[in-house]
Amino acid sequence: MNELIVLKADHIMKNFHDPVSVPVLKDISLSVRKGEFVSITGKSGCGKSTLLYILSTMDTDYAGDLLIGNEKMRGRTEKQLARVRNAMIGFVFQFHYLLSEFTVLENVMLPGLKLNTLPEEQVRKRAMDRLQTLDIHSLANKKANQLSGGEKQRVAIARALINDPSIIMCDEPTGNLDKANSLIVFGIFKELAEKHEQTILVVTHDQEFAKNTHRVIVMEDGKIIG
Amino acid sequence: MNIRLIFRIAKSLLLARWKQTLVAAIGVTFSITMFIALLSFMTGLNDLLDGLILNRTAHVRLFNEIRPNIHQPINSTPEFKDSYNFIRSVKSGSSRQEIYNSGAIMQALHRDSRVTGVAPKIMAQVFFNDGSIDITGTISGIDVEEESDLFHFSEYIVDGSPLDIRDVTSSIILGKALGEKLIVNVGDVVRVTTVNQQQFSLKVVGFFQSGIQELDKVQSYASLTTTQKILGKSNNYITDIQVKLTDVELAPEIAREYAKTFQTEAEDIQTANAQFETGSVVRSLISYSVGITLLIVAGFGIFNILNMMIYEKMDSIAILKATGFSGQDVNRIFIVIALSIGLFGGMLGLGFGFMLSYMIDQIPFNTASLPTIKTYPINYAPAFYFIGTSFSIVTTYLAGWAPARKASRIDPVIIIRGK
Repeated sequence: MNELIVLKADHIMKNFHDPVSVPVLKDISLSVRKGEFVSITGKSGCGKSTLLYILSTMDTDYAGDLLIGNEKMRGRTEKQLARVRNAMIGFVFQFHYLLSEFTVLENVMLPGLKLNTLPEEQVRKRAMDRLQTLDIHSLANKKANQLSGGEKQRVAIARALINDPSIIMCDEPTGNLDKANSLIVFGIFKELAEKHEQTILVVTHDQEFAKNTHRVIVMEDGKIIG
Repeated sequence: MNIRLIFRIAKSLLLARWKQTLVAAIGVTFSITMFIALLSFMTGLNDLLDGLILNRTAHVRLFNEIRPNIHQPINSTPEFKDSYNFIRSVKSGSSRQEIYNSGAIMQALHRDSRVTGVAPKIMAQVFFNDGSIDITGTISGIDVEEESDLFHFSEYIVDGSPLDIRDVTSSIILGKALGEKLIVNVGDVVRVTTVNQQQFSLKVVGFFQSGIQELDKVQSYASLTTTQKILGKSNNYITDIQVKLTDVELAPEIAREYAKTFQTEAEDIQTANAQFETGSVVRSLISYSVGITLLIVAGFGIFNILNMMIYEKMDSIAILKATGFSGQDVNRIFIVIALSIGLFGGMLGLGFGFMLSYMIDQIPFNTASLPTIKTYPINYAPAFYFIGTSFSIVTTYLAGWAPARKASRIDPVIIIRGK
């Protein structure tokens, strides 16, 4: 069932070199299947965020192999990796990172326009669909900085979904949200995973959040311990 | 590539900080305005000052210098052929000012394709008699039509008609200052005495003002025939042949060629007026350096504003990169921003520069020595506008280059993790 594996990490190792070499990731191997809702959890400094940035192709300084959709990421140029992120990965960060100069709709459309496979009208329609799914379509024409924190995070999720990515990667997606908004965001992820077979990989230290995902990967000292 | 998207992002980043953008653009506008106005004015002034002399100077002048013959008889004597002969007090006795065979030379010059015009001239030294006082002066015998065509002679006539010296026998056009000294008006008669003590009465048909006071005090013009008559020479007597060329740069070379072919002296304009060339070059150099300095200052302004923009928009750049924009895309966005500031500011600058030079062109500038000039001179050469545009684009590109490169190298991981 190899086709179903969306993301595979093969003996990934990484050292920080400043000021002395410190190993942060020690021989990490994991794979994520299609439709899985996986969380990586662990204490602060265990290397979970570092791992996420390697898995997301943004950090290329590592040993071992990373496969996304069965293709090796090693040896690709910065431009090719940007293309991979654009087409295959959706991002949700702790902070929303919306561009305040653009409207909500334009923010969601940007990665779609960058991908440039669909005409602008269709990208707009898709963006509206995503906003509708997340129940924030009424905000479409507002500027990003006029939104509340919870709304911003939902817009960020809609942006992550625009290009139908094979995997959504999240770094503490509820870290900045209150309880109620956290629950809403969690509900959205759960629904995406279960109803739409959307693969999701979340890095969080929120035990409550992690507990309710399909699979929990616990890390300690740069190793997977369970 | 997604050029339209890049332009869209650049535009919204620009408009988001439109006040800063405007300040940067005004910097460029100001420098281009000054650049255009300064160069137009300086060049206008240069052209005027150069024209004062150069327009009236032949590119190549053929004449005979009065000097001792270099072929002295003793050198041809067989006995003294191998010795070094010293000759004291050699006189230039047999040497003449007249150009031999001038008619044939002029025909040959007319046939030369590098020549645009040929004007013959006779120089005569005379005294103008004012009661008991004699005022020294010169009469230039000219072909008035050729002289007007080639050297704008008619432009300097302030009173009377230049063609009258051809049509009225024994007529003369006096320098304005000379006329004032002699207290004569158009229609009056002046008496001149030649160096051979011959006396003539000449009718004043006009005055000219060259812009050079010293010249106007001694100079006067008459037709070739009149001058030949005053000097008592035949009608093929010519002392100078003035030649205008298609390309003034060729003058030194052609002068050498003519000197050899026609066995006369030949002086080119560059040798005769070297100091004017130097002056023009230095003035242009100053204008260009001031203009470029202004542009460089504006460039630093753009550099600063882009750098600030990059610090402010670090998050946006990071997320753009995270969601699939490559470093090259980010680089292009900032280059587009820089270039649009340059282009927008530059275009406005061209407009304002034109307006400013047009305003300078309206300021009255009356000087007794320049009868044809009424306002400050401006040169509206399109070349300045072209150079201004290119400079504004090049400086803003250079100013944007480093910040754009910095933006393209931002590591999204550091920004995102830093929160």
